[in-house]
Amino acid sequence: MVTKAELEEKYSAPQEYKHGFVTDIEEEFAPKGLSEDIVRYISEKKGEPGWLLDWRLRAYRHWLTMKEPKWANIHYGPIDYQDTYYYAAPKKKPANYNEVDPEIKAMYEKLGIPLQERAALAGVAVDAVFDSVSVATTFKEKLNELGIIFSSFSDAVKEHPDLVRKWLGTVVPFNDNFFAALNSAVFSDGSFAYIPPGVRCPMELSTYFRINAANTGQFERTLIIADKGAYVSYLEGCTAPARDENQLHAAVVELIALDDGEVKYSTIQNWYPGDKDGKGGIYNFVTKRGKALGRNSKISWTQVETGSAITWKYPSCILQGDNSVGEFYSVAVVNNRQQADTGTKMLHIGKNTKSTIISKGISAGHGQNTYRGRVQIHKGAVNARNYSQCDSLLIGDKCGAHTFPDIEVNEPTAQLEHEASTSKIGDDQLFYCQQRGITPEDATNMIVNGFCKKVFLNLPMEFAVEAQKLLAVSLNLEGTVG
Amino acid sequence: MALLEIKGLRAKVGDKEILRGVDLTVNVGEVHAIMGPNGSGKSTLANVLAGRINYEVTGGTVRYDGKDLLAMKPELRAREGLFLAFQYPVEIPGVGNAYFLKSALNSIRRHRGEEELDAMDFMSLVTEKMKLLGLEESFLGRSLNDGFSGGEKKRNEIFQMAVLEPRLAVLDETDSGLDIDALRVVANGVNTMRAKDRAIVVVTHYQRILNYITPDFVHVLVNGRIAKSGGRELALELEKRGYSWVDEAAPGPVAAGP
Repeated sequence: MVTKAELEEKYSAPQEYKHGFVTDIEEEFAPKGLSEDIVRYISEKKGEPGWLLDWRLRAYRHWLTMKEPKWANIHYGPIDYQDTYYYAAPKKKPANYNEVDPEIKAMYEKLGIPLQERAALAGVAVDAVFDSVSVATTFKEKLNELGIIFSSFSDAVKEHPDLVRKWLGTVVPFNDNFFAALNSAVFSDGSFAYIPPGVRCPMELSTYFRINAANTGQFERTLIIADKGAYVSYLEGCTAPARDENQLHAAVVELIALDDGEVKYSTIQNWYPGDKDGKGGIYNFVTKRGKALGRNSKISWTQVETGSAITWKYPSCILQGDNSVGEFYSVAVVNNRQQADTGTKMLHIGKNTKSTIISKGISAGHGQNTYRGRVQIHKGAVNARNYSQCDSLLIGDKCGAHTFPDIEVNEPTAQLEHEASTSKIGDDQLFYCQQRGITPEDATNMIVNGFCKKVFLNLPMEFAVEAQKLLAVSLNLEGTVG
Repeated sequence: MALLEIKGLRAKVGDKEILRGVDLTVNVGEVHAIMGPNGSGKSTLANVLAGRINYEVTGGTVRYDGKDLLAMKPELRAREGLFLAFQYPVEIPGVGNAYFLKSALNSIRRHRGEEELDAMDFMSLVTEKMKLLGLEESFLGRSLNDGFSGGEKKRNEIFQMAVLEPRLAVLDETDSGLDIDALRVVANGVNTMRAKDRAIVVVTHYQRILNYITPDFVHVLVNGRIAKSGGRELALELEKRGYSWVDEAAPGPVAAGP
């Protein structure tokens, strides 16, 4: 029997996760659990060439020898890797957009993701990944005219095997870490983009990831290459249904920029965070790394992390080319029982390499937010420079903010700056705003947005607006934005 | 018409009773000065009127424009036209002055059923008011009170008041910490706000500011009650004789409420 108190609690639960619905569609699953057979099953389902299956198997065998990392400042029960489905796909595989299941179309519409070509208005090309497979890629033809390849990872393996084979695993090798190895063994789909020399991609490329099926892990793999003098701005968004069980998401993203090339990668991560007591939610264990391989190349990460029960994620830059630039702009929000351990690594190898780290952590409820960063200046990285700013904002007195910056310098000509601050939204600040006619919710929103401004400025315009709204939702300030 | 009617107001902060039966009526068009020694309850009165938490009202009534002021949330009081110029204006890093003020103004305008101002209209409104207080254009782009000098903060309070055009303005020790030039600028700002549909309450320790803002009435607050009221001349008398003069003349302590 449900007590009145329980009912009240249920309906007064302040945080509403808007993307928590499930789409009812027939899906095909691989048998539960993980084994060489499952790896083979996935590879076969995707009709992959032998070299890729070999690579997966090597990754799987290596994974078996590895232990789950425990050094992060996050706490969770053991993950049973045999109690997860590693492959789920809608039964009807569409040949083009018009054949996409209307249920899936309706879902993406509900999420506000433009899948049709009319999305031209939005100026965004979208690859949508539903559970394990990509269901539609818009704008493919238009991009083709410029020589830009933007497709699902599976299609890229079929249509551009040489490119995939050349670059896959060159930034994040299959034995890089536990979760990257797992991903390399069982990744099901993801996005692939290649921008040819001298081409500036005229629109935002975007992937929308959606976990739908229950007890399913999502392991996507993204590979983006900006050839010499090429530029691309890429955005990924993520949501999942609200479920009581934790679901695993272990993605790998590899970025490569050749001479004068630039990749700008933005993430708005809004996986289901679990309920207010910490039940359910996505375990987000992600490896993202970019290699600024060429001279004057640039890798720029911007992330807005509001979802997931647990976030373990360090988008990093290997600054190998001389004069290359790495950037990391991050807003990470934790509320209720969410935990985030996130940050970046900047590895300076080339001469005159430059990196910027701007990290803004917001903690509310019982949330625990950790910034973990490493700046490493290798010998020979003459005149390398780094600027790091790492700020924490606390809302309430039950949350926590932690920072673990690590700096290693082996080059006497390097210059590094590190700034850090921790502040709290005070009652006196809220009262001051109230006395000017502004509600405490609007005031909090205003202060939080002011705190995140430096990061939001780096997001593509329409997504900056989205990010602000998302922040308001995550902090239970929804519906109050004037 | 009485804009503010305070009757028998009692309030405590923590366990300490600070206000012990304040009676005060302020009509539109009037300027009142509330003076008193340190710890007499001047700032408490200002904060209670604005609805600050931790100030617990234990007795009495406050009617504002005929409504029960104490039943309103702080933001509603502000939207109804009550403005407090803070003794210690708060710093909010990352929130621009202009953005903050525009949000405040528009929340008040929405409450009144008026249209919100867009950026252009807002700019032309504030540019004029900024001149009044000798503020540089760059001021708008800075974070709210962040890294401001004491004088800049106080000028910002009066600037906000000029933009928000309240019906009742309570100035809590706006003169403290100001040099004579800044005091003149601030007083000038306040004087231009004097209007027949507006009332101003100046809370101050020193009569100095009253050389620039001439009050219609002066009240002396001692031990949480108004011990003496009079005209402009009362302030000058106080300056001459000190607060101890009123203290001695004050009526004996009133027994605590029922």
